[in-house]
Amino acid sequence: MKLRTALLGAAAVLAWAPAAFAERGTDGEVKLTFPQAVSIMNPYLSGGTKDIWASSMVLEPMAGIDPDGNLITKLAVEIPTVDNGGVSADMTSITWKLQPGLKWSDGTPVTADDAVFTWQYCTDPAGGCSQATKYEGVASVEAVDPSTIKVTFSGPKPNPYTAFVGALSPVLQKAQFAACLGAAAPTCTDQNNMPIGTGPFKVTGFTVNDTVSMAMNENYRDPAKPAFASAVIKGGGDAESSARAVMETGEFDYAWNTQIPPDSQAAMSAAGKGQFVVAFGTLVERLEMNTTDPSADLPEGERSTAKHPHPILSDIKVRTALSKAIDRSILVEVGYGAGGKPTCNVIPGPEAWASDNEGCIAQDMPGAMALLDEAGWKDSDGDGIRDKDGKKLSILYQTTVNPIRQDFQALIKDWWTELGVEVELKAIDPGVFFGGDPGSPDTFQKFYADVEMYANNSDNPDPETYLGQYQCKNAPTPENGWQGENINRFCDPMYDELHAKLTQTTDVAERQAIAKQLNDMVTKDSMIVVPLVHRGTLSAHSNALGGVAINAWDSELWNVADWFRVK
Amino acid sequence: MLTFTLRRLLLAIPTLLAISLVIFLLVDLAPGSPMSEIPLTVPPDVRQRMIEALGADQPVIVRYVLWLRQFFWVEPATLFDGWFGTTWAEGEQRILSWQSRSPVFTIIGQRLPQTLTVIGTAYLVGILIALPIGIYSAYRQYSLFDQGGTLFAMIGFSVPTFFSGTLFIIIFAVWLGWFPTKYDTQLVVNDWDSFIKQIQQMALPVMTLGLANAAAISRYMRSSMLDNMGMDYVRTARAKGLSERTVVLKHVLRNSLIPVVTVIALGIPAIFGGAIITENLFGVNGIGAALIGAIHANDIPMVQTLAFIFAVLIVLFNLIADVLYGLLDPRIRYD
Repeated sequence: MKLRTALLGAAAVLAWAPAAFAERGTDGEVKLTFPQAVSIMNPYLSGGTKDIWASSMVLEPMAGIDPDGNLITKLAVEIPTVDNGGVSADMTSITWKLQPGLKWSDGTPVTADDAVFTWQYCTDPAGGCSQATKYEGVASVEAVDPSTIKVTFSGPKPNPYTAFVGALSPVLQKAQFAACLGAAAPTCTDQNNMPIGTGPFKVTGFTVNDTVSMAMNENYRDPAKPAFASAVIKGGGDAESSARAVMETGEFDYAWNTQIPPDSQAAMSAAGKGQFVVAFGTLVERLEMNTTDPSADLPEGERSTAKHPHPILSDIKVRTALSKAIDRSILVEVGYGAGGKPTCNVIPGPEAWASDNEGCIAQDMPGAMALLDEAGWKDSDGDGIRDKDGKKLSILYQTTVNPIRQDFQALIKDWWTELGVEVELKAIDPGVFFGGDPGSPDTFQKFYADVEMYANNSDNPDPETYLGQYQCKNAPTPENGWQGENINRFCDPMYDELHAKLTQTTDVAERQAIAKQLNDMVTKDSMIVVPLVHRGTLSAHSNALGGVAINAWDSELWNVADWFRVK
Repeated sequence: MLTFTLRRLLLAIPTLLAISLVIFLLVDLAPGSPMSEIPLTVPPDVRQRMIEALGADQPVIVRYVLWLRQFFWVEPATLFDGWFGTTWAEGEQRILSWQSRSPVFTIIGQRLPQTLTVIGTAYLVGILIALPIGIYSAYRQYSLFDQGGTLFAMIGFSVPTFFSGTLFIIIFAVWLGWFPTKYDTQLVVNDWDSFIKQIQQMALPVMTLGLANAAAISRYMRSSMLDNMGMDYVRTARAKGLSERTVVLKHVLRNSLIPVVTVIALGIPAIFGGAIITENLFGVNGIGAALIGAIHANDIPMVQTLAFIFAVLIVLFNLIADVLYGLLDPRIRYD
């Protein structure tokens, strides 16, 4: 064992040597496997992470985000800021400058017109662009000169790094996609499957929902990269088989999204062929408390609406007691292993944005019981279930069908039963739960239950949009067709006011302070959202693959140009 | 006979139309939405526009009629154009998958060869294993070999492929390292080395499916042989002094094969349907994997088209079987 460790160490040291003076295309093929196969290579028409990560090897934005949450340049010369004049002082426009001599993989030059076109492409209402939020608030995008792009916003935009930043918003080639605007977008099969890009690789073959074959891009801006001459992404199977193909059989170099049970993680790591890497973004598995009455006795159209406050959960003491009874460390141990950690925050990262709220981590059963006693919920008839005014403390707790979630349900039910709460569990098909069909009673927006559990995250390190979900106006109601992100129907004018202030604030430190305050308002101050586990994305890479730096803020393959073969 | 065939063909048209409507409604009324795999970070209004761009917000009847037109006119016309260079289908919208925005028939065309090679080979291997086991088990009924054969069939029947497949992966890929666990669909067989590679990557899925197929067929073979072993003509053959070999392999086997061949033939349409679990487990991009992927993503055009093609195949093979009976057995007269 010691010898092996020593050898591995030596190999790791040697690994850096070839990287320093590597040449383009000297390291053969890099093989990736995704448990869900890639369906399309155009991120503007896909919503699936698998497609976006795959396309990030080919298509690039102006700027990306590194693992620490900092902006880095991709196509741009530098990151525009107020200081360097790239962002106007009133925050209403941002000007990007393209690097000189940039070429598409077909050899034609990249110009500002391509970026203007990309904006038109995604904002065409008939196109069904899935990344439309990236261009929200953008009044116009214009080509000042062939290498300068000016994005003008309709008002001051404290966070101007949305359009053309990150893998969700890359630049498309105008010449290739010109005929694919609007309603024609989905019919451009060849363009959508084999987009021409500026990234380190170019698509050479695409089989829908199976394999993407790529070759190095001879026109990539760094002449020494990528080290690999070709790349292939094989999709399909499940997380377990993907992890096995890297960690046990060594057939693949990299497997994305290998979220497998903790005991399997340990067994596979022991094979010594690869390692798991984890990146923590903002994904939080949480319990959402319903502040409105979901009772089936209410007429349809009034269930789970603000007309009827929740008979039990409207009391903050009950909500707090339910949170206190949970041991989050056990949940992590059972469900996620290295891929999770306990949290009390809706915004768990980046660090500068996260509140230091840790009060919920230690389980406090006596404290929870005392709170319920105090709230007037006592077991008066001796059946083990607390009651008040003839009403039992009974809760319907729903989530999606998923083995980890069912484990969580069982554990939490045990804790709550110990507390004297009657718990009924319900598991719903994820397609229905997240499907948003207003006709179905089982969507997470309709929330015909008392408590529900799922995970959500912010798609930007700056959580302004994400925190905006909890404004009063975003509550799903029958009037808006049950659409809206304020699942709890939480409504606090103070919160709305503070969020409005966040959208006006430009100073980063002040923004972070407000975000923390907003986070605390929905978590520890109100217990409307009860966060459980901060989930990371767990991926696996072979020991023979070097240069991997997993990233939670941008594509996981953000630095694929720097990957190399450990010899 | 010709009138009968024609009548059956004409009758198949309303049957298939009814089937297509039922499939369409079933798939459409099933809960779920094509947007269910989109991350929650995409806001509701963007989702709504995406649904509109797919045409998924149209009334059911509009989408059904559109699909019928695409299936029965646009797609054949596109095929025709491809063969003869005509322009019948120019500017027409083909059936597009919602998940990948690629034409459904292109995807099927990409996947059918894999399914036919892997599932077809597994079927063949299954038959080749099953027949000798069935024959010898029947000949030496209740012997040790027969008991072993029964055990083998029991295992093949009762162990689901997701379990046996995973077991094979752990034994043959992880421990022994003989075979890959993921099927490389880009592999082009053009020399001896790539042929060996193809055999290696087919080994595990074929083994998994072959075991399940062999189990069923070996039981049919055994019972059919047992039925015939006790017949008078067998006693006569023995009495004539023919060797055991001739009696079993010529007289008994030939007669016993008739029902077994029927069973084997009726299993053939299933090959086109692929094997959902096995294909998924080993990353074979066949029809079965496409179907399950489309169901997960609520990709209605893909599910609808695949399900309808299976329906056509089943109706067609039933017709072929009926016609063949009439041809083989003059006692069956349809006219």
